[in-house]
Amino acid sequence: MDYILAGLKEAFRLLFTLDRGTYTIIFLSLRISGTAVLLASCLGIPLGALVGLHKFPGRGVITTILNTCFALPTVVVGLFIYLFLSHRGPLGMLGLLYTPSAMITAQTILATPIIGALSLVAVKGVDPSITKSAISLGATKVQTTLTVLREARVAILAALIAGFGRVITEIGAAMIVGGNIKGTTRVMSTAIALETGKGKFEIALALGIILLAIAFLINAGLYYLQRVKE
Amino acid sequence: MNPYAIRTHNLSKEYNGENILKKLNLQLERGRIHAIIGPSGVGKSVLLRLLNLLEEPTSGEIYFDGRALRENERLKLQRRMTLVFQKPVLFNTSVYENVAYGLRVRGENRRSIAEKVKKALEVVGLKDYEHKGARNLSGGEKQRVAIARAMVLAPEILFLDEPTSDLDPRNVAIIEELVKYINREFKTTIVLATHNMFQARRLAHQASFLFEGRIIESGNAREIFTSPKDRRILRFIEGKIIF
Repeated sequence: MDYILAGLKEAFRLLFTLDRGTYTIIFLSLRISGTAVLLASCLGIPLGALVGLHKFPGRGVITTILNTCFALPTVVVGLFIYLFLSHRGPLGMLGLLYTPSAMITAQTILATPIIGALSLVAVKGVDPSITKSAISLGATKVQTTLTVLREARVAILAALIAGFGRVITEIGAAMIVGGNIKGTTRVMSTAIALETGKGKFEIALALGIILLAIAFLINAGLYYLQRVKE
Repeated sequence: MNPYAIRTHNLSKEYNGENILKKLNLQLERGRIHAIIGPSGVGKSVLLRLLNLLEEPTSGEIYFDGRALRENERLKLQRRMTLVFQKPVLFNTSVYENVAYGLRVRGENRRSIAEKVKKALEVVGLKDYEHKGARNLSGGEKQRVAIARAMVLAPEILFLDEPTSDLDPRNVAIIEELVKYINREFKTTIVLATHNMFQARRLAHQASFLFEGRIIESGNAREIFTSPKDRRILRFIEGKIIF
């Protein structure tokens, strides 16, 4: 029990003394996962809106694929990205393996189906009369879609948060394609695994606290936005 | 100029093999209030959605200004008319943004939008409601916002689908006055779907009685209400069930 308390004490010291190594890991994690969620939302939200609001052949297949990819194993994604980016792979000449770009790519692939599938549910949840009303008021197809997305904004924000939660905590892909290189690709999840393995719980606990704090802040923000909507 | 804002020829609509509207031939005069009357569930709302180009007919044609719809003119035509739904459908934003919506999608400048929205809200009696959340309003206020949102566009044709069916007598009176005002001030052709004979009598210049998917009588509103040719209309006027 003592070593847990000592670990917690050291964790708070690292956080409050602004320990450079710890904060490098935190900021790198936020940068990589933030960029991945941004890219995934650029792909996932339009995809969700397209599938949710328009009827076309293959719509059901895309929905099934999105839902299947919802639970995509992170190590499998990491493995495929690794195979593509390794020096024998088709994209090996780009030299992206063990770089933040490789991790962003993997995390984008993981987050896109989550954001896409939840955006689909979000736009389908909007009263169909909203669409008819927008068209009746003279909106074009694009303007109508944007109106529906705006109506579903809180649910779409929840989709972004779910996507962010998925990628910032994942470890499989980050470890395989990032390599857990200190100062370059070491993020919170891989650092926690490494430090725990070494028996150094202080940094692991500090990073764990930060992860929890981020989750809390994001959810508190979502709760506030939902209250505003009500 | 063609005297008819809208004319239909054998307009029909099926849902799941069931004929909801059967070969309707309607002539809606420009600048008049035309009531589509009939019991609930007879297809009045469907007819309005077809005329507003929100749904496709199964067969038949709709002529606007004597011309059939051309697909490349759909948006242009759609922007000359609008529909106020039975249950007011307001966007989850402020009253101002709701009323400004149609103007924004048409690319109007900010100053012009502000002036028009302000005037429209004054006309519907919601002058100080600009910043209120639209979804927090009462039923009557919501319907007035929906009417302001339509009115601000100065449409040539305004479709009203049972606009007062869920409202109290005070709001019914306000909305009826608004309908008359819009028709009088802007010469807007108004197509009013209602099951309320008394309301149709108060507002309409022309009337068409829809029953079992067919127009059973159409013409001057006063004549239809005072001396209908069809016995089913007489029974409906007398308040007797005609199903």
